Amino acid sequence: MAVTEKDIQESKKVYKEKYGFADPDQAIYKAPKGLDPERVIEISQMKHEPEWMLNFRLKSLEIFNKKPVPTWGADLSKIPFEDLSYFVRTTEKQGTTWEDVPEYIKDTFDKLGIPEAERKFLAGVSAQYESEVVYHSIQKDLEAKGVIFLSTEEGLEQHPELFRQYFGTVIPSADNKFAAMNGAFWSGGSFVYVPPGVQVTIPLQAYFRINAEQMGQFERTLIIVDEGAYVHYVEGCTAPVYSTDSFHSGVIEIIVQKNARCRYTTIQNWSTNVYNLVTQRSAVYEGGVMEWVDANLGSNITMKYPSVYLMEPGAKGDILSIAYAGDGQVLDAGGKAVHVAPNTSSKIISKSISQHGGRTSFRGLLKIYKGAERSKSAMRCDALILDQESRSDTYPTIEIEEEQVNLGHEAVVSRIGEDQLFYLMSRGLSESEAAGMIVSGFIEPIVKELPMEYAVEMNRLIQLQMDKAVG
Amino acid sequence: MATEQPFFLIDDLHVEIEENEILRGVDLSVKRGEIHAIMGPNGSGKSTLAHTLMGHPSYEATAGQVLFNGEDILERDPNDRAKLGIFLAFQYPLAIPGVSTLNFLRTSLKAVKQEEISARQFRKHLLEKMDLLKISREFAGRYLNDGFSGGEKKRMEILQMAVLEPELAVLDEIDSGLDIDAIRAVGEGISSLMHPEMSIVIITHYPRILHYVRPDYVHIMVDGKIRQSGGFELAEELEAKGYDVLLKEVMQTSS
Ligand SMILES: Nc1ncnc2c1ncn2[C@@H]1O[C@H](COP(=O)(O)OP(=O)(O)O)[C@@H](O)[C@H]1O
Ligand SMILES: [Mg+2]
Repeated sequence: MAVTEKDIQESKKVYKEKYGFADPDQAIYKAPKGLDPERVIEISQMKHEPEWMLNFRLKSLEIFNKKPVPTWGADLSKIPFEDLSYFVRTTEKQGTTWEDVPEYIKDTFDKLGIPEAERKFLAGVSAQYESEVVYHSIQKDLEAKGVIFLSTEEGLEQHPELFRQYFGTVIPSADNKFAAMNGAFWSGGSFVYVPPGVQVTIPLQAYFRINAEQMGQFERTLIIVDEGAYVHYVEGCTAPVYSTDSFHSGVIEIIVQKNARCRYTTIQNWSTNVYNLVTQRSAVYEGGVMEWVDANLGSNITMKYPSVYLMEPGAKGDILSIAYAGDGQVLDAGGKAVHVAPNTSSKIISKSISQHGGRTSFRGLLKIYKGAERSKSAMRCDALILDQESRSDTYPTIEIEEEQVNLGHEAVVSRIGEDQLFYLMSRGLSESEAAGMIVSGFIEPIVKELPMEYAVEMNRLIQLQMDKAVG
Repeated sequence: MATEQPFFLIDDLHVEIEENEILRGVDLSVKRGEIHAIMGPNGSGKSTLAHTLMGHPSYEATAGQVLFNGEDILERDPNDRAKLGIFLAFQYPLAIPGVSTLNFLRTSLKAVKQEEISARQFRKHLLEKMDLLKISREFAGRYLNDGFSGGEKKRMEILQMAVLEPELAVLDEIDSGLDIDAIRAVGEGISSLMHPEMSIVIITHYPRILHYVRPDYVHIMVDGKIRQSGGFELAEELEAKGYDVLLKEVMQTSS
């Protein structure tokens, strides 16, 4: 019943057919390879940016060059920094109807089902292809209420003061090497502002697509949820299957004001030749709630730890993550909660599955500063390992400077047992159906947090990956 | 005539676990509509027999055969056996967290019957069986066996049997860990599901449940072999004398 090389090839083929198709390279501008300051200046000029942004980029590049590649997580020594294209433009203008989008790009998003999803259950859509957003839309009534949903470049152009007030405040470029890299080369991503009291009850979705080979994509997203407002933002990602590696390094900053609530859901399904190194962090103010729901299925290497900084009393942060690592994948994920104020609470819950030699690591950091008394936090990670070749590790870190706190921490690693499979098979399920059922039950506590359409998609993606897996 | 041929036949079955022989030549012949009880002390091989009949991969049949409707099933996977109409109620049912009993049973029924069943149709089928077995409908939405008490798990096994409607049900210590009232409820549930086309092999350590699921034949298993067979009176004799006395007599006559 061992998995053969053929099974693995087979499941790769399934991804390739559904998401991994590539369009011929039709870029209208592609920056020369490499990390030259020239490139940064060029990008800034092409985007007609104000001077402060150019300076921000150049400063970020300096920081990037100074910081060493981190060695504490996945192996990043093979990232071909010098061989990547850092900026690829595919169209001069961004569309607000799909007709405005170049035909071949529209076809891609059609194949991925984006316009259909938009019609059925989304409040707004942003579609990024290579370095820039090529399409975005938002429902008229939300626009009328003052909700802003633009590409980040448009945000900077159309709302310069609001933008500058918050940009880079939650994640400064000095935070880490890849945040600095993003600071230098950022392009695309979303700018979202929800005015006080406005409830955006159906999700806004951003879709990221890398098509070019050896490309670096640096989405930069800034979300501001003003007092008492609510928004749910969903991002999805896919790429073609190439033999060379591409690179996605996003920075997502979220500000949750007093009594506001934000949910940010990621369904990451990059092909297994993409490095995915993302910094996402939220600052949460009095009584506000931030929820990260993070599903990582694809990529070669992922390092991603959504964070909440609980800045004022009563702030709350939940980080739920799922990782599924198959052949050759290293998914290093988890979350980080930092309690700065009293009566704040956080929850970090992670579920990981590894199979076919895949490797998952959970990294959870909980920090409670002096003064954050009566804070509460629970960290829990469950790992499910499906075969002997696969692996899972947990690295929890807890730093507490306050005594009056309430903490829970639990880590459980399990393997699918022969007896559990036998039980389900005795009820008529094949071995792979049985394993699939156990896995979907395992992730259910997180999947049930997703809107129905995404929950269905999520289960389908997992089953797709598992299908050829158990023989 | 078809009824002359036993519909389920175990012939000289030898089974090893990790190269230890546990079953040493089991014979059993079951006709449609019959109830057979297999009794025996702990460790005599009853669960080994049950697992082997359902096809557990750790149990290796080294000799003999198991015929179901004339076909040797020993090489078949557990799910194929389920599709043929064989059901095993587990002594220790497993929990599947995150999967509702309703979803699980619908998937299972579709697999066993090999046909589509609409969610609505299935719900109706399930609720009928729950009502029949006096199981609270609330269990349909709960995760399968997750956090259930021992008794609840056993009742869910019977519910599964009711939903899947097997031709042959092997019930492994369905009464263990149950109090007197629960034994009665489970026993009455089982007999309400019995019909002339179905057969039951009920494995038990204690005779009590046999008052509700009255066997046509009783077999005593000791040390991996059926040492004595008889009618219901054998269970009564066991109840009166206890295992120690009866086993001494049995071993003397069989050796
Ligand atoms: N997985 C196993 N590995 C090794 N020995 C086992 C295993 N399962 C059962 N046995 C042994 O097989 C014998 C019969 O066990 P079992 O069939 O469970 O008996 P019963 O159900 O009659 O109590 C016992 O001696 C037990 O220790
Ligand atoms: Mg037993």
